[in-house]
Amino acid sequence: MFVRDRLKMLFDEGIDVEDAFFANCMDDSLPADGVVTGLGKINGQTVCVMANDSTVKAGSWGKRTVEKIIRIQETAMKLEVPMLYLVDSAGARITDQIEMFPNRRGAGRIFYNQVKMSGRVPQICLLFGPSAAGGAYIPAFCDIVVMVDGNASMYLGSPRMAEKVIGEKVTLEEMGGARMHCSVSGVGDVLVYNEQEAIEYAQKYLTYFPENFRSKPPVKEAIKPEKFEKSIRELIPENQNAPFDMYDLIKRLIDEDSFCEIKREFAKELITGLGRINGQTIGIIANQPRMKGGVLFHDSADKAAKFIQLCDAFNIPLVFLADIPGFMIGTKVERAGIIRHGAKMISAMSEASVPKISVVVRKAYGAGLYAMAGPAFEPDVTIALPTAQIAVMGPEAAVNAVYANKIAELPEEERPAFIKEKQEEYKENIDIYRLASEMVIDDIVQPNDLRDHLSKRLEAYQSKKLTFTERKHGVYPV
Amino acid sequence: MNQVTANMAGNVWKVVVKAGDQVENGQDIVILESMKMEIPIAAEASGTIKELKVNEGDFVNEGDVIAVIE
Repeated sequence: MFVRDRLKMLFDEGIDVEDAFFANCMDDSLPADGVVTGLGKINGQTVCVMANDSTVKAGSWGKRTVEKIIRIQETAMKLEVPMLYLVDSAGARITDQIEMFPNRRGAGRIFYNQVKMSGRVPQICLLFGPSAAGGAYIPAFCDIVVMVDGNASMYLGSPRMAEKVIGEKVTLEEMGGARMHCSVSGVGDVLVYNEQEAIEYAQKYLTYFPENFRSKPPVKEAIKPEKFEKSIRELIPENQNAPFDMYDLIKRLIDEDSFCEIKREFAKELITGLGRINGQTIGIIANQPRMKGGVLFHDSADKAAKFIQLCDAFNIPLVFLADIPGFMIGTKVERAGIIRHGAKMISAMSEASVPKISVVVRKAYGAGLYAMAGPAFEPDVTIALPTAQIAVMGPEAAVNAVYANKIAELPEEERPAFIKEKQEEYKENIDIYRLASEMVIDDIVQPNDLRDHLSKRLEAYQSKKLTFTERKHGVYPV
Repeated sequence: MNQVTANMAGNVWKVVVKAGDQVENGQDIVILESMKMEIPIAAEASGTIKELKVNEGDFVNEGDVIAVIE
């Protein structure tokens, strides 16, 4: 699609006002200097937009292109409305570098503004084509990056440059393609198959958000969840170690068709997405036992941290659905820095001052309990299903740890019975009713009542006002 | 040809297909045991199992090839 067709599709009724249409009009080859900027309405809400025109010198940036982008960002800040970046650009015009690169209002200011806007107004990037070199940072500073499979790409140095400078031979798709970024690097958030789908995603995504951090997300009409034969009770296996598909639980909790997932292809052992319960927007963070046992890895912790910050910034309540054996162990993840990534998730979750509801669906072991907004992290409530099990570790691991020597001393034929006995003892010790009696958890909810229960809690916590602590800012374990 | 790889470190608990079997995209090939959990590893393409590279009880690291689908 051409840039103006994209904008026509994006807005309710086309672009309302456009700025600097005549930028660089003395040069025949550079209409509007390769970028369209202005304001329009999406779902009735005013937003600011910048959209590269790839038919004008491959959407490259000259002096006026950069100035136009900076100005529309300033407008978004003054009006406190969402900012959309429709990116399709080869990057800087090297011939114009002195005018557009190093100065006060050079390209660097675009990124500076983005950082300033972050958390103040929603920033969305729709990536239709390349986003190269410095330009690759526009997506990086957005709340969310939607990438069109086969066309969108992000990279600091092109494959041609990589071959020249470091001797690597690689295709564009392998190095910076949409699929790679949405499933491996995590720089992309949503993979779509065509431009229309990208635009529709942005339109849907915005329905969950207020226009800025001062307001609350819009409440929509309450819709019943999708109907299924199996109830939640029938869905969750008794055996803590057996997998089940967490999406099946999510669908039974939220309004039909209200799930808007973020990073579906990345770190699939954790699900993050927006949804609604009786019309109220929530952010869901759920372990996925079907994938890697629901164990948290460095990538999934990283994914959670950004999602939690996104929801907290725009007053979206958080619902944690915990079914987690813990953080992954072993050489691979230690070398990948799982400790600092885990710490990052726990920081973001601790700081979140929106209503925070923790649901222990099945197991919540070890630091997994902490990461999923366990009782020490001041959730407004910790709810457990009757299938919940909270402990430092599961019965199998605990019995091994405590009785390893004893087990080794026993004759082999006596071992299974001994292990079983100790495991049963252990299970009794961590029985969920016992934890409820100790007030570790605040309530035990029957699985089929969970949606109604969440709805009432969300309603009740609406007026929550909390300042986490007083300081300039934390020193984040990034 | 499509390779099925382990997505995390663990022991092969069950091999649920044989060489020569027809499998669908998304069908489980083996179940690993890791972190005390059952971890199903599914095919990412439909086809015939050309080769199974693991036996029950084997340790596999993240990224190791479990099976080859043709």
